[in-house]
Amino acid sequence: MSFLRRQLDKIAPLFEEGGRLHKLYPLYEAADSFLYTPGRRTSEGPHIRDGIDLKRTMMTVVWALLPCALFGMWNAGRQAGLAAGQDPGAAEAFLAGLLMFLPRYLVVMAVGGGIETVFAAVRKHEINEGFLVTGLLIPLIVPPTIPLWQLALGTAFGVVIGKEVFGGTGMNVLNPALTTRVFLFFAYPAQISGDLVWVAGREHWLDGFSGATPLAHFYADGAAATAGMSWSDAFLGLMPGSFGETSTLCCLIGAAILLFTRIASWRVMLGCLLGMAGTASLFNLLAPSPEHYLALPWYWHLVVGGFAFGTVFMATDPVSAAQTDTGRWIYGVLIGVLTVLVRVVNPAYPEGMMLAILFMNIFAPVIDYYVVKANVKRREQRLGVQ
Amino acid sequence: MELLNLFVKSVFVENMALAFFLGMCSFLAVSKKVETAMGLGMAVTFVQTVTVPLNNLIYTWLLKEGALSWISPSLAGVDLSFLSFIAFIATIAAMVQIVEMTIDRFAPKLYTTLGVFLPLIAVNCAILGGSLFMVQREYDFAQSVVFGLGSGLGWWLAILALAAVREKMKYSNVPHGLRGLGITFLTAGLMAMGFMLFGGIKL
Repeated sequence: MSFLRRQLDKIAPLFEEGGRLHKLYPLYEAADSFLYTPGRRTSEGPHIRDGIDLKRTMMTVVWALLPCALFGMWNAGRQAGLAAGQDPGAAEAFLAGLLMFLPRYLVVMAVGGGIETVFAAVRKHEINEGFLVTGLLIPLIVPPTIPLWQLALGTAFGVVIGKEVFGGTGMNVLNPALTTRVFLFFAYPAQISGDLVWVAGREHWLDGFSGATPLAHFYADGAAATAGMSWSDAFLGLMPGSFGETSTLCCLIGAAILLFTRIASWRVMLGCLLGMAGTASLFNLLAPSPEHYLALPWYWHLVVGGFAFGTVFMATDPVSAAQTDTGRWIYGVLIGVLTVLVRVVNPAYPEGMMLAILFMNIFAPVIDYYVVKANVKRREQRLGVQ
Repeated sequence: MELLNLFVKSVFVENMALAFFLGMCSFLAVSKKVETAMGLGMAVTFVQTVTVPLNNLIYTWLLKEGALSWISPSLAGVDLSFLSFIAFIATIAAMVQIVEMTIDRFAPKLYTTLGVFLPLIAVNCAILGGSLFMVQREYDFAQSVVFGLGSGLGWWLAILALAAVREKMKYSNVPHGLRGLGITFLTAGLMAMGFMLFGGIKL
């Protein structure tokens, strides 16, 4: 390792002030701090002496995402095999899934990373690890059959419009990965509308097979559709869908990591869950018959579609979520409520998780504003200022 | 149920600001601070809720083709609908004048911060648009009350969210060329994307 360190130190002058490659300094800095803990101190703003920094935060999220990613690869390969009428072994399925996942991951990283580098060089900010998370999230929430050029276009939109125009990591209003997903959803509804599911063909990606997703089944046939599948399969994620989001179990493992390290807010997660369960139960009471979609119990809502993945990894994004504790409750509950509402009463979209989070991202600043206002008022009253 | 449907539709699905992009001038200009946005939103909602039903009455009983037949049957052939623009704007201007005087009397601070945009509600396209939609979609009186309230609330909600986002953006490092209106337009576009959540909802 010290060899690598020596090499990095040797080329350092090239990138520093006055060096020939000074314009590319962010690239050097990124490589350096990716491999080693940087020796410099933060130069601006208030400081907290703590072992955790942006790099460690982001890497923890990446670790939390890994179970979902690994399972997703295996599952995508397996579903492709099943669609072709054979049951592939675990290793074979994983390899097939890896071959689907890897090109998409590389395209996202190349496009997003490239844009981030250009912005960092021109605007003189650092390339930071935030994109590692966004770059892993994007391929996990798109269908395994999405064409690479669409993915590249969506990533570019998400990174530039969703993040860089606001000044980069930590300053954006919307979650960049979600912005990418929503952009693709509205720009190319034929490929990614969410009522059909995509299973990659074995020989060629374009020979995909498509069928209705569980959520579309529910919409068409109501809660009776649960008869056709088992809850445990849905919980484990043994069904077709986007790479990362099928397995609720893997999302729960990720949630445990994020909550244990206190990186994600438990208030947001619990709020989402309560909002979802409450709305679903309310609809259960209104259901005219046990076969109707309204009668779908909350534990089914939990395991199908992107609810678990969205709750754990998207809604808790510390930048775009509400920042105050009370605000986080409100924010989480409303996401849960809106998701079920869209799933059940909106015929236009079978799944509402993605747009519900995006919608609440927009309203998070308002929530925060009024929570802070209320706090100020309470304190003034306590101190008798008014 | 039908009225509730219309209400949800006018607040979220067909949001005046984010689906039709009406009332953009004040939407972009008065959304720098949450407090002023709140005040303007309230004023717009009030004016909208009063003017749409009022204009509905005027249109149904005075302007529509054959509307005057209640005075005497000989007037049944009269069609005054070419006057609707002028009549609507007169109603709106009168309402705005009343609101302006009320705010000046009871909230002088808000009156000064809203400045020229308060009288400009009179020419706010969201307001006139509301009345014209009412005619075009042939709403009856009850529907126009609901529609006026709903579209006003929707606009209020949109400007409130935009204002809070813009206050938060003080901490963002927006590229120079985009500061101000540029980034606001982009934000409004992204917000419109979020509002697509409700597209297609029917109760």
